[in-house]
Amino acid sequence: MSEAGQANRPVPPSGRPGAKELSSSGVARTGDRVMRTLATGSGLIVSTVIGLIALFLLIQAIPSLLKNQENFFTFEGSWVVSGDELHFGIPQQFYATVLVSVIALIIAMPVALGIAMFVTEYAPKRLKKPVAYVVDLLAAVPSIVYGLWGILVLGPAMVGINQWLVDNAGFLPFFSKPQNAANMSTGGTMLTAGIVLAIMILPVITAVTREVFAQTPRGHREAALALGASQWEVVRFAVLPFGFSGYISGAMLGLGRALGETMALLLIISTAGPINFNLLESGQTFATVIANNAAEFDDPLKTGAFISAGLVLFALTFIVNAAARAVIARKA
Amino acid sequence: MELITMSPRRKITDGAVRTGVVISVLLAILPLGWLLWTLVSRGIEPILDPEWWMESERKGGAANAIVGTLVQTGLAAVVAVPLGVLVGIYLVEYGSARSTLTRVTTFMVDVLAGVPSIVAALFVYAVWRTTLDLPRSGLVVALALVLLMVPLVVRATEEMLKIVPQDLREAAYALGVPKWKTILRVVLPTAMSGIITGIMLAIARVMGESAPILILVGATSGMNWNPFQGDQQSLPLMMIQEYNKGPSGYDEVWGAALTLVIAVAIVYVIARLLAQFTGPKIEGR
Repeated sequence: MSEAGQANRPVPPSGRPGAKELSSSGVARTGDRVMRTLATGSGLIVSTVIGLIALFLLIQAIPSLLKNQENFFTFEGSWVVSGDELHFGIPQQFYATVLVSVIALIIAMPVALGIAMFVTEYAPKRLKKPVAYVVDLLAAVPSIVYGLWGILVLGPAMVGINQWLVDNAGFLPFFSKPQNAANMSTGGTMLTAGIVLAIMILPVITAVTREVFAQTPRGHREAALALGASQWEVVRFAVLPFGFSGYISGAMLGLGRALGETMALLLIISTAGPINFNLLESGQTFATVIANNAAEFDDPLKTGAFISAGLVLFALTFIVNAAARAVIARKA
Repeated sequence: MELITMSPRRKITDGAVRTGVVISVLLAILPLGWLLWTLVSRGIEPILDPEWWMESERKGGAANAIVGTLVQTGLAAVVAVPLGVLVGIYLVEYGSARSTLTRVTTFMVDVLAGVPSIVAALFVYAVWRTTLDLPRSGLVVALALVLLMVPLVVRATEEMLKIVPQDLREAAYALGVPKWKTILRVVLPTAMSGIITGIMLAIARVMGESAPILILVGATSGMNWNPFQGDQQSLPLMMIQEYNKGPSGYDEVWGAALTLVIAVAIVYVIARLLAQFTGPKIEGR
């Protein structure tokens, strides 16, 4: 409260020369106190709730982790989560989560870069807004609709391509014949899932990249042009060096989104697969394994096992998002 | 007139990049067009039937799911919007960059923005079901949606308040207007159109959220207006259920998907219209 009292007293001009903020209105009223309390209280509530998320998940996960007979980080067998002896581990989920996200990034990153370049550098003026708008529209489609489209439309359309890949590129570890033959007829593979994820994270990456590219100092651009640079050379020597870190952090934000995606992946891939590099296998990510088993959350120990998986996912997305923020912050 | 002649190599590189850039735009538009075409061609038939909008699933419609979606999203918005706007006001108007609470709040909102929806749902589950042992209901879904919505609203409010010119505030203070009134009558109205757009986009975002629904509420084919009691259907939940029935349910699945996308589209259009009508009038209009 002492801080509030101070804020309502006029700051002597000699105290902080050049202070930009005018933090007082000069008049202290009940309304002021109410407003300040409400606003500050809301800030406190939100911060507390987020602290509680980590705390609650941890409290619920610990008993199950203690009852776990296997090493949580290395056990690859199928999960046994009822009774007193639990057996569960996350390497399969970790692998599937990372693999689909990486496929998505590999597809989405160059495309996003291209779109950002198109919108900021190449597009004629009247095309800029519509293209940016269309890409943003991709973000408006609910993830369950993407999942549905992925398994009912894109998956079947991929069957021929998958077959071709197995026949002609089967010697590569990525495209050998999957252990689960059903993958070949439904198209419900890591590859399909990765493509759908790529479409879903494209708007995030594009939006961030577009924004940084647009902020390239005019001088840099004009200097390049004055030296007779072609349009590509302007991008290469003026825009990219300036905006590259923004591009990377946009990609990391997209990665954060991809890691946590649930519904789309649940519909497309949901049976556990082996840990190898084959893109035509199926798999369960952290998010889908939780969602898949949600109907059977009847016992705290059982729930705890899945919450511990959720906790790993939480940590994973936190690290990725924090890294993205750090890149942005260093730039600013 | 070209002043500088480019070597063929530079010309080819330039042309190749130009082609690549155009291709990448097409690569983004292709799936969107394909997706929308599929949605409309497969989903239009069920939703053209008036029963779809009027009757519950028991009688061959989807009204119960539509109602559930609207009730849950609305409930979430009622909690998340004031909370988010107040946090935004706190961050811009009251917090100073040096205070710990401001930094902690900014950090926490960032964290929350990155939390996957399934983790938010697990948290609500851990509190509501395991710790408090209360039943599943539409309200519980709404609570999870609040968690997902708050950071979006805070971000939008913060961005918009930040670009309100400092002079406006100072002019109000100079007239002796108390700070709270300045915020309510001067700062907020100036930023209103942007904030409303942000709020509507946040609503559109959580409307299609389907992960919390899997864990936090049961499905029902009957009508339930009450989010505080019993199972409550929603469009994503209906889609999952019908999908699990196999090919016989695909008509309903696509119908529900199209309905959901239409609902999201309506929210977007409202956001645009509101932004137009509440925006500050410039150029003497």
